[in-house]
Amino acid sequence: MTSRKRTRVVGRPYPKVDGAAKVTGQTKFADDIVLPRMLHCKLLRSRLAHARILSIDVSRALAAPGVVAVVTGRDLPIPFGILPVSQDEHALSTDRVRYVGDPVAAVAAVDEDAASDALAAIDVEYEPLPPVGTIEEGLRPASTPLHDYGDSGNIHKLVSMEFGHTDDGFARADRIYEDLFFYEGSTHLPLEQHAAVADFGPDGRLTLWSSTQTPHYVHRALSKVLAMAPSKVRVIATSNGGGFGGKSDVFNHEIVVAHLSRVTGRPVKICLTREEVFYCHRGRHPTLMKVRTGVKRDGAVTAMHFQTVLDGGGYGSYGVASTYYTGALQTVTYEIPAYRFDGARVFTNKPPCGPKRGHGTPQPRFAVEVQLDKIACDLGLDPVEIRRRHLHPRGTLTANFLRVGSMGLGACIDKVVAASGWGTRRGRLPYGRGLGLACSSYLCGAGLPIYWNSMPQSGVQLKLDRSGGVTVFCGSTEIGQGSDSILASIVAEVLGIDPFDIRIVTGDTDLTPVDLGSYSSRVTLMTGNAAIQAAERARAMLAAASAGKLGIPESRVALDGGRVFDAEDPGKGIAFPEAVALAESRFGTLGTVGSYSPPPSAGRYRGAGVGPSPAYSYSAAVVEVEVDPETGIYAVEKVWIAHDVGKCINPVLVMGQVEGSVYMGLGEAMMEEMAYRTDANGNVVHKFPSMLEYKSPTTKEMPPVETFLVEDPDDNGPFGAKEVGQGPLLPIPPAVANAIFDAVGVRIDEVPVTPEKIYRALKAKALGQPPRYGPAGFPPVPYPEPIHVPTPAEGGDGKAVDAAVTGAGGVR
Amino acid sequence: MARNAKKNWDADGRAVVGLVVNGQALEAAFAPHKTLLEVLREDLNLPGTKHGCELGECGTCAVLVDGKPMLSCLLLGLECEGRRIETVEAMSGPGGLHPLQKAFADLGAAQCGYCTPGILLTAKALLEANPNPSLAEIREALAGNLCRCTGYIKIFEAVELAAAWLRGEAAQPRHESLYGSDFDESGLLPVVRNGNG
Repeated sequence: MTSRKRTRVVGRPYPKVDGAAKVTGQTKFADDIVLPRMLHCKLLRSRLAHARILSIDVSRALAAPGVVAVVTGRDLPIPFGILPVSQDEHALSTDRVRYVGDPVAAVAAVDEDAASDALAAIDVEYEPLPPVGTIEEGLRPASTPLHDYGDSGNIHKLVSMEFGHTDDGFARADRIYEDLFFYEGSTHLPLEQHAAVADFGPDGRLTLWSSTQTPHYVHRALSKVLAMAPSKVRVIATSNGGGFGGKSDVFNHEIVVAHLSRVTGRPVKICLTREEVFYCHRGRHPTLMKVRTGVKRDGAVTAMHFQTVLDGGGYGSYGVASTYYTGALQTVTYEIPAYRFDGARVFTNKPPCGPKRGHGTPQPRFAVEVQLDKIACDLGLDPVEIRRRHLHPRGTLTANFLRVGSMGLGACIDKVVAASGWGTRRGRLPYGRGLGLACSSYLCGAGLPIYWNSMPQSGVQLKLDRSGGVTVFCGSTEIGQGSDSILASIVAEVLGIDPFDIRIVTGDTDLTPVDLGSYSSRVTLMTGNAAIQAAERARAMLAAASAGKLGIPESRVALDGGRVFDAEDPGKGIAFPEAVALAESRFGTLGTVGSYSPPPSAGRYRGAGVGPSPAYSYSAAVVEVEVDPETGIYAVEKVWIAHDVGKCINPVLVMGQVEGSVYMGLGEAMMEEMAYRTDANGNVVHKFPSMLEYKSPTTKEMPPVETFLVEDPDDNGPFGAKEVGQGPLLPIPPAVANAIFDAVGVRIDEVPVTPEKIYRALKAKALGQPPRYGPAGFPPVPYPEPIHVPTPAEGGDGKAVDAAVTGAGGVR
Repeated sequence: MARNAKKNWDADGRAVVGLVVNGQALEAAFAPHKTLLEVLREDLNLPGTKHGCELGECGTCAVLVDGKPMLSCLLLGLECEGRRIETVEAMSGPGGLHPLQKAFADLGAAQCGYCTPGILLTAKALLEANPNPSLAEIREALAGNLCRCTGYIKIFEAVELAAAWLRGEAAQPRHESLYGSDFDESGLLPVVRNGNG
């Protein structure tokens, strides 16, 4: 499916196709939609972190001025959840609230003020329950667990798997290192607050406009919870004002406004407040990690045992997948011949965690890369060499049966090492100044869909009209990453026309074929391949119809520059619209389809559904810091990053994704914290649900970034392309921590790396204690006995050896 | 704050306020507690002005009031009697995009585009006061505008490019800002095949 021939559009810098709309403020976001007779919705949210709902009385609210309808959980009893295994949410809580912000009732009124005022007139009687605030509390036996499902008490999920023989691997090691790490939670903080508008028409059809990354999954959930035929439900994903994973769940408010529109017969809009966006969350899981790694003297890993516990918050969300992801991608960067992973996720009375850029992998990547830095130091190796020497070979399977295809990590390392002056500067800068290196890898789309099915993960339809117009229909969702532009570029490349002459219709479940959504960095690879197939089919029809007119064989027909011509005599040709008209005359109304399904996974063990991907992107980064050794206050002075994107479809978009990922990685590394406190009444509350207190980098914290794009084309990528939206975030937090060590000689084994933690570690160092700040212990976790999977090197076939626990791949 | 006693009230208890919006003098009637942000979006049908927090924390809703960037979520519509309000809707015209808009589009300084109107207007005020700002001055001017997509880098570069255009220079986007550093411009980009070297 890849093409190595010279390209005309692919690889060239184009503005985004929606760029003009965006710079003129004309892009319609969900909250910009205004419909006649529209009502406004507000949600009543719990102020208790954990409580039973004893009663809800809405009679006073119903009588309030301007109020048209009030609904509670009793009106929407069918549960939902993004994963089939975690159908644990209700549009409005039925009998229990599980975090501060959990919605219990909703009002539709003539304006927002009337709806807000009416919330105060809803009387809810609660019986407070003891809240679970931390991972440690979540692991304890519980008298009243948050949910009546899960692996035990408040433990939502426990997994354990071993690939190869880690005992043998540790026995072969010259040294064994054991380290503890903690990665704090953070939230997406899209500047657009979530908004949705529902319109239930007199024909019994529902339309929902929503700032969602996953209209297909919202479509399925609406149909289920509202008990409506899917054919009567239409979900339109409006352009997202930032997503980053935060709009890829199905949200309470989307279902509630749909239901309110159904009961009132009027359109209903909701736009969440910024405080509510913090409560929606679904962000990075706080994760505690214990890593045991055996190495030879040259730094070769002989075995790794990786343990994680994730603080999941109040609901399942993507959490089962997140848990597996904290153990999945350790193996795709450096060779790890024997690998064991134990993972656990606990429910706590906090907003649910879910997928944030990098989904479940920045936490373990932080641990792996900081530990490698420590190992290199201890063995007297250069942190570059310990990585460079042991890169996973391309075109082979990892111990856990992930297929590494193209692998440009070595080239990435070379670029940032050379540009940063690593060889002459690292370890030699004045005290207080330091360089840190880290590497990473990420998926180009999850190998499996969220619900089991054997249909394509992405579909594209093309319509060609006789005037020469080309329209692309695809279910993908433009969240700012440029997915509409990618579709336009690829179709333009194949048909030899200008990308700006193509109309793009995306993210509309009535009009567009299914694409699973903008998550797991799947869009360029999957929609791109589907678009190539659809466009090649259209191209074949145009070539067949034009060949006769040009008097040449079809094989000589070329399409470029808006013309269809003889490749051997380019002067002889016709305009593109004429070719379309000829094709329509010959074949009838013109339309083609394309679809994409990822290759089957090699792993066949239980849990093998998380981790496989058609391709993996690679990144390497060097970060330079300046630390004040008196206070621990530091600044990131510069970042060098190289990213193996396979092939740039549009370098402008690729650069933007790399720089944006570096920025978001710096936010997590330096300051962002989704933190909670227990108030005087024992309630677990968000520490600061506002942008003023939730610190994110401004223009003044953002350092210069020097970016290197590396192209190592992958056979599975469209034109060789791989992902870029998430991967370049991953090396940043560990590179910052490693740079701090180079600068002042202390290890911060925790994200965010704050001045206070550096200060404490410097204090400890001065007192002769271990020069480190990080978790002191790892709680006992009842991980099960692992399944045993022989590795490819051992001749394994991808299945676990104990037949009793063997199952097909997938999250079950 | 303009404390104009000459305010009128309509029969529904709405304040009737005279504003100059995007060059046009008009009277708007709105509930007196409404912010300028709400007046623009809900009463004047100008949804190009966005909101990210409505608490003065993110800069998304910035508009120009008498030529200065102000957070429209922290201004009451009432306070704007007689003042000149400029929103993103007025930046482009029949002549095409404002140089800032073109530079933002060309360089990918607008990704999701949601913070873009506020940043464009803030940058416009900067360039009107200082046609040749240093990078530090651009950072300072935009320090109150959050962007979660771009890492600000393309925004800085776009402001610099637009400033050059506005000064009449025939500037082009820098090669490394489109392709990254050390990257072949040929269009057929170098293929790395020695990744594991």
